[in-house]
Amino acid sequence: MFLAIELATIVEKLVLIVIVVMGSLVVAMYTTFAERKVAGWLQDRPGPNRAGPFGMFQPLADGMKLFFKEEIIPNFSSKALFVMGPALAMMTAIMTSAVIPWGDKVILFDREISLQIADINIGILYVFGVVSLGVYGIMIGAWASNNKYSLMGGLRAASQIISYELAMGISIIALLMFTGTLSLKEMVLQQQAGHWNIWYQPLGFLIFIICAFAECNRTPFDLAEAESELIGGYHTEYSSMKLGFYLFAEYINMFISSAVMASLYFGGYDVPFFNEAAHTDMGNWLALIGLGAFLIKIVIFIFIFMWVRWTIPRFRYDQLMHLGWRILIPLALFNMLATGGAILYFGK
Amino acid sequence: MQALTNRAEQVSRKPMSFMERLYLPAIFKGMLITFRHIFTRNPTIHYPEQKRAFSPVFRGLQILNRDEEGRENCTACGLCAVACPAEAITMEAAERLPGEEHLYKEEKYAAKYEINMLRCIFCGLCEEACPKDAIYLSETFTPADYQRKQFVYNKEDLLIPHPLTDKEAYEKALGNRPKKETIN
Repeated sequence: MFLAIELATIVEKLVLIVIVVMGSLVVAMYTTFAERKVAGWLQDRPGPNRAGPFGMFQPLADGMKLFFKEEIIPNFSSKALFVMGPALAMMTAIMTSAVIPWGDKVILFDREISLQIADINIGILYVFGVVSLGVYGIMIGAWASNNKYSLMGGLRAASQIISYELAMGISIIALLMFTGTLSLKEMVLQQQAGHWNIWYQPLGFLIFIICAFAECNRTPFDLAEAESELIGGYHTEYSSMKLGFYLFAEYINMFISSAVMASLYFGGYDVPFFNEAAHTDMGNWLALIGLGAFLIKIVIFIFIFMWVRWTIPRFRYDQLMHLGWRILIPLALFNMLATGGAILYFGK
Repeated sequence: MQALTNRAEQVSRKPMSFMERLYLPAIFKGMLITFRHIFTRNPTIHYPEQKRAFSPVFRGLQILNRDEEGRENCTACGLCAVACPAEAITMEAAERLPGEEHLYKEEKYAAKYEINMLRCIFCGLCEEACPKDAIYLSETFTPADYQRKQFVYNKEDLLIPHPLTDKEAYEKALGNRPKKETIN
């Protein structure tokens, strides 16, 4: 006996991992399509509408095109690192999905299956750890390209993520003091029946969402790939599916950070105006409704990501640093102190 | 310096107020504006399915005209070739033989008639020069081909469909073009 885990648990987790990873990939695929569609709506044009009904097959066509493109590895690049960059970006993007509680328990084959791959008690720290690893994909790829524009993009990405991780971490500390747990599952359970954290931490959420935009390298903070200044930024030298991986990782990151925001501040799989505790007789359907509510929240967040992208122009780099260090960090500190004071005063 | 027009506006250099420095109100305002655009009708014309109506003076590819009985109007007088500023038109004349009266309207006709569409500038002077209403500019405007030589259009490419054997295509090609006065 090497493992004290029964086989059924391993199978269950493997199935769950496959579903979540595939699900994230499909969602990311259709997020690229949705992005172009939303851009179209916001700019008074129809968006992609040629491939299939309403352009539904556009992501497939895009993917095919990327696969058939010539793969170019520059002569003076560090080849191993050049290949590693996009792989790392993709891997870290997908890894984050492991701790997200997608829903409550379902009962299948007489087994109670939690719709979460791993309920580790330091869930939110794990998310932070993996997300900050994500910048290595960009940095390594940018450095390995041996191109000054790529390097500039990589530098920007690195310093931007370091700067914004601080404010994000401090805004989370306030939330942690309030909830008293690091486990995402437990946080979601605390928020059931409408006691969402957003009501108690609006400023914290505002800081968190701004930092999430910066961490995902999304406009208005997409300086790492600012195409008007740096050609393509960190992926200037990339082509074919390696470029596809970078772009794809960005969309997966967007999906996952939407999921994190929904579970931290918006009650996760809690259905608004619906008391789950009174409907326990619905069994598995209850978990599915919860999952649906969670996905709807995620979709709304993804839409906000896009909406902001097609509204606000890119920041200048000094403005970005000014915002991060001189506005968000003091604000986050203030939020933390105010939360601590409130907890002391009201005794929670 | 004196302003050239009275529309010039002085740049405001006054420091931003607190609300302005917050940026967030401005961002929300901008987001509201873009959100409203989701519900506005978009002006796109979905090209291959929908087409924008042409102006009545639109000048597209040339067409060699026939009369109602399907006889070619062209008498190979060469006025169009002379009028052509791009020298895109060449032709060879031939005499109508007995028994060809149903093919050609007058006793002289163009045995060969070529327009080089790569030279043509679509000015419409050929149509203006023609005394027999034999050539006019249609609304076709997107010729595409694989070789340059295929852009030299010959008579088969240019002739309008026969009005008796292919009435529908003939009327479509003619469009609502008013009949031009001819000189006999």
